[in-house]
Amino acid sequence: MAKISLTVDGEKVSDEVEPRMLLVHYLREKLGRTGTVVGCDTSNCGACTVHLNGRSVKSCNVLAVQADGAEVTTIEGLAANGQLHAVQEAFRECHGLQCGFCTPGMIMQSVDLLNENPHPTEAEVRFGLEGNLCRCTGYHNIVKSVLYAAEHGSAHSEGAQA
Amino acid sequence: MIPAQFDYLAPTSLEEALAALAESDDAKVIAGGQSLLPVLRMRLNAPELVIDIGKIDALRGVRDDGDALVIGALTTHHELLNDPLVAEHALLLTKAAHELADPQIRHLGTFGGALVHADPAGDLGAPVLALGAEFVIAGSGGTRTVGADDFFVDLFETAVGEDEILTEVRVPKRSGWGAHYEKFVRVAHQWPIVAVAATVRLDGGSIAEARIGLTNMGSIPLRARGVEQALVGASPSEDGVAAAAERAAEGTSPPSDLNGSSEYRQHLAKVLTRRAVAAAARH
Repeated sequence: MAKISLTVDGEKVSDEVEPRMLLVHYLREKLGRTGTVVGCDTSNCGACTVHLNGRSVKSCNVLAVQADGAEVTTIEGLAANGQLHAVQEAFRECHGLQCGFCTPGMIMQSVDLLNENPHPTEAEVRFGLEGNLCRCTGYHNIVKSVLYAAEHGSAHSEGAQA
Repeated sequence: MIPAQFDYLAPTSLEEALAALAESDDAKVIAGGQSLLPVLRMRLNAPELVIDIGKIDALRGVRDDGDALVIGALTTHHELLNDPLVAEHALLLTKAAHELADPQIRHLGTFGGALVHADPAGDLGAPVLALGAEFVIAGSGGTRTVGADDFFVDLFETAVGEDEILTEVRVPKRSGWGAHYEKFVRVAHQWPIVAVAATVRLDGGSIAEARIGLTNMGSIPLRARGVEQALVGASPSEDGVAAAAERAAEGTSPPSDLNGSSEYRQHLAKVLTRRAVAAAARH
């Protein structure tokens, strides 16, 4: 077992974990943060995307021990003071989902994308989401949501955790 | 899928990491883990010990060293992609990093890790080969330097020995050279079926010097030396480079798989070389 201490959605946590435990399993099974989902389990689909020290990563492709000392933000830590993050709001407004399974990862990657490039073109949005798969929408409303967020103030901070 | 059990060490110095590596008979080094973790999860490998070098800050970053850039093994693909020194002196790496995997993988995956993993479809092998990079490898007995032509040994095998760690890569500056990485895939963020890394120097409206690397045209990245020779003096248009690009598949025996036959890959190599060289000449 290995000792880890990290901050998850603004909350400090310490645990003993098996070194082989994946970050996504740590978040879901030890911390109960099931908003982050396991999609493909092969690091292709991006459904499990979270932020590690402010940058997007696929949490099924990171060991929990690699996150020792880090700050992790999940989809559950995005809303601040009961207010949806601008990107969450945009996905609701533009209906950027159908079944919703890819949505946590789509939103976390979109937030990262807009942090780096606040006013992307449509092509830049599509390129920035290339690591996230959606099997329902054909991406149309997802892209629309990200562009909507860019236009309507995605510059809102990522809660207290970013 | 969950990896088999392993012991874990996270040393903060290269010396500690090398000592741990020398002591174990069955250890794997993890940097960003973006290549190793899928391997461990699919249980294609199940080492007793995983040595995490991700906390050794001395192995991170890009620095200017006169006639070369020195790229630390732990530099992430995202850092490489956004580094102004790399864009100025080794544009081919910037272009390749842009095509490599996806943003999440680029945030954690490392330059050194991807090169040592040595997947024949990896996007960095052909560029470092074309750029004539040198690899600095540390072992308990000190460091040694290996040239790009000797670094890639076979499928998933490099000159880095069992008890050694790649610490940095020296890339000779090719300031002002045009560059392009032409990657052929069926879907976004796929491994290339074939890709061509091209960097060229123009002089008086024609190609004075060209260096071409091929991805996934064999068990290791390859230089297309026949093309390089034939390009000298060529006009830098698609038509002008077409005859030279026809030599791209010379001496290659690429694999056949679900994505394409060996013959198809040889065809792709020629087409992509033509496009890559013409695009490189425009930049």
